[in-house]
Formats: sequence, C-alpha cells, structure tokens
Amino acid sequence: MTAAAVLSSERAHRILRGGLSLIAVAAIYEGVARSGLFPNVLLPTLPVVATTLAGAIADGTMLLHAFYTLERVLIGCGFAVAVGLPLGILMGRYRPVENFVLPLASALMPIPSLAWVPVFILWFGLGNTVTILIVFYASLFPMLLNTWSGVRAVNPLWLRAAGAMGADEQALFWKVIVPGASPFIITGMRQAFLRSWIAVVGAEMLAASDWGLGWVIFDAKEFLNADVMLASLVVIGAIGFAFERLVFGSIERATVLRWGMVRAAKS
Amino acid sequence: MVARNAFPFIVVGGAWEIVAHLGVFPPRLFPSLETVAVTFVQLTAKGILPHHAFDTLVRLLVGFALAAIAGVAIGIAMGRIRAAEDCLLPLVSICAPIPGIAYAPLFLLWFGLGNISAVILVGFVSAFPIIFNTWTGVKAVKEIWVRSAQAMGADQRRLFVKVILPGALPYILTGMRLGLAQAWRILVGVEMLAAVPWGLGWLIFGAREFLDTDVMLSGIVVIAVIGLALEKLVFQRLETFTVVRWGMMT
Repeated sequence: MTAAAVLSSERAHRILRGGLSLIAVAAIYEGVARSGLFPNVLLPTLPVVATTLAGAIADGTMLLHAFYTLERVLIGCGFAVAVGLPLGILMGRYRPVENFVLPLASALMPIPSLAWVPVFILWFGLGNTVTILIVFYASLFPMLLNTWSGVRAVNPLWLRAAGAMGADEQALFWKVIVPGASPFIITGMRQAFLRSWIAVVGAEMLAASDWGLGWVIFDAKEFLNADVMLASLVVIGAIGFAFERLVFGSIERATVLRWGMVRAAKS
Repeated sequence: MVARNAFPFIVVGGAWEIVAHLGVFPPRLFPSLETVAVTFVQLTAKGILPHHAFDTLVRLLVGFALAAIAGVAIGIAMGRIRAAEDCLLPLVSICAPIPGIAYAPLFLLWFGLGNISAVILVGFVSAFPIIFNTWTGVKAVKEIWVRSAQAMGADQRRLFVKVILPGALPYILTGMRLGLAQAWRILVGVEMLAAVPWGLGWLIFGAREFLDTDVMLSGIVVIAVIGLALEKLVFQRLETFTVVRWGMMT
C-alpha cells in the first residue's frame, strides 16, 4: 500500500468511527427521550425536532428569523469593520492615535458586550438599534486590535525597500501595508464575526424584537417548546459553521493564501 | 506613562460631563459622572455591590472549575487515546460553534431558573476551548521527548506527569484563558436571563426597570475591573510561575 492509500484508508476509518459515535449518541438521546423519564415537552424526540425544523423552514418563518439575525450581524459587523479597520491602521501608523485609543480600548474590552444591553435599551428603546449596537461593540475590538498588530507586524524592511524603489505614501499603503497586515486583518474579521454571532443571539433574547433566531429560542421557553429551541439551535450552528468555513475560508484562499502570506500547508 | 494613559480618559470623561450637564438628555438616562461616583460609593458602602460581585465571582469560579476539570480530562483522553478522539471530536466540533448564550433558554428549561442553570451553562461553554487546546497540546508534545523519557526508563505515570503534562501546559493555559474569557462574557448575559437573586448581570438588568442608569454604570465599572483583573492578575501570574519558569515560553 502506498502512503497515500494508508492515509486515505485511515481517514475513511476515522469518518466511519465519527459517524458511528454520532449515531450512538443520537440513539442514546432518542432512548432517553422515549423512555418517558422526562416530560416530552422538555426532551422531544429527534423526529419531532426534525419535523419542527422542516415545517419552520418550509413555511418560511425560520428563514425570515435567520434573515433578520443575519441582517443585524452584517450591519453591526459592517460598521465595526468600517470603524475598526481605518482606526487600527491609524493606530499602527501614528503614535499619538495609538496613545489615545489604546488605553480606552483596553479599558472597554474586558466589559462583555451583553452588559451594555440594559443601558442601550434605556437609551435607544427595544428593537433593532440596540441589537446592532451590541453587535458593533462586540466586533469592534477584535477588528481594531488585530488590524493594529497587523500593521505593526509589517516588516520594516519591506517598507524601506518599497520606499527605496520610489513608492509614494499611497502606493506604500496599498501595495505593502495592506497586504502585509492582511492575515491579521482577516483573523480580526473572523473573530469579529464569531463574537458578534454570540452577541446577536444574547441581545435578541434580552431586547426582544419579534424576529431573530435568539428571540425564537427565548420565546419558545415561555411555551415549553423545546423542539423549536433545538431546531433553532441547529440553524444557528449551521449558519455559524457555514460562515466560518465557506465565507472566511474562501476570503482567505482568495487573498492571503494566494499572496503567499500564510503557508497553505496549514490546512 | 500614567499621565499619557490617563489623558484619553480625561478627554472622554470631560466630553461625557459636558453632554450630561448640557441637559440634552434626561439626567436619569445620562447621569453625570459625579452621580455615578456617588451611587457607586453608596452601593459599595451598603455592601450591595460587593454582594453582587461576590455572587457573580462564585458562579464564575465554580462553573470554570467544572469546565477546567472536565475539559482537561476530556482533552487529554482525546489526545492520548485514539478511540476517544474518534468518538468525541465530532460531538465537540458540532456543539462548539453554537454560541453559548443560545443554549441558555434550553438549560433554563431543563434545570430551572437560578443558580444551577447559570453554573452549568458557564461550565459547558468554557469547556470547549479548554478541550480543544488541551487536545492540541497533548498532540503537540514532541515524539522525541516521549521516546527519550521511555528510553530512560520512565513508566506511564512518570511519562504523563513529567513529560506530557508540562509539554502540553502552554496550550492548556491558553485554553483556560480563552475558556475563562468566554465564561465571563456569557455569565453576565446568563445572569440577566436566569433571574438569579444576586449577581452583577442581574443588578444591571434589574436597574433598567427603575431607570437607574447610574446603578447600571456602577455595575459596568465593577464588571470591567473584574474582567481586567482576571486577565492581568490571574493568568499572567500563572504563566510566569509555570511555563515561563520552565522555559517553555518566553
């Protein structure tokens, strides 16, 4: 057997075992759910959850909830990138900006974004504004700090080489600093998205607003609809996973991997 | 150095004061810093703020301790035993990407409102980074260290205590750091949802009913201080005492 064949058979073995373990866990869950030890409303069987999920997707409500949640995340994250990216670059390039922003950022960063929810509710009322602001707050700091360290990590030799080859400020910025800092910037966006994905669910629960995946889960608690909760958890997990793998994975491939900034062997 | 760090806070504080005193917003919603300071001192003197902070910290530590014990055990099992890795990895990778707070209503339904749900949820959420990092750390222990220890006659127990555990420790500490940060972020939200009698999250959320913005801001100050202290005092110390002293990290 060649090394590759050994590797692929090992991989198949792994997937098989993983699949088996998932099936075993599902079977145990199903057994417990059917045994009647716990009330059915609290521990619905898997077919019930699957039917609820299929029904909610088919009549469009789940898609609409997911759409509202995503909209909030994208607006909040968009603002965070629009503020964090330029500010981070300025911090990396100019000392006074760094001296001013960094202490503020390190004082605000340890405050969990959800702690601001009640304050923002008082200031802006229940609804979309609060959720979007919380998302913004949660995703701003990873964006800001990663961009900052990325700009500072650009090899000074590259800057001097580009300067010696006659690059002006603008070319230096677009051709050297931005690509040089890009692995950090992309990491920052990734973290920003992850943080905001957490924040949006919490904010939707607290600042109730009729639509959104967090609100569905929280609302389902009132009516003991554990099946709706589990179905929404599946959707939340799937969207988070899809963003992490598909969106950021492909951004990474299209930029830093192509530019050779990160070794492709990482995967 | 101190003056330079204080400068931005003075500017922002000054801007806050000006806005608060101009009366653009109702003072109940946008209290001046003196009001917040007075409330803060009063709440501290009456023992209300310390009580809230204490209960929050107890929840954090109990939940985190559960997560650390379970997470390190599971992570080491996954790193050392193939079967455990194959069985647990798919489960962990499915449960980990779901934001912890999303589990909150489910846990509240299963375990009831109050302390138990909050602690279990905090433990559950902070276990994932610990599991992942411990697993990676155990796998990252250099094969040659293991083999040379075995050649020098180390038995399984000594191999584990003297080679694998110290070798994986930088990763485990990183995992704990991430886990604690996550636990902290989740806990405040959970306290708002779980209707616990005491706790900083509840203090802030409850103050909303009475439009006590000054109470909220006092609570947030305490939260920021605890968050900073956890990062600076607990983990940086722990790191200097262990991995840096052993020369694993600089």
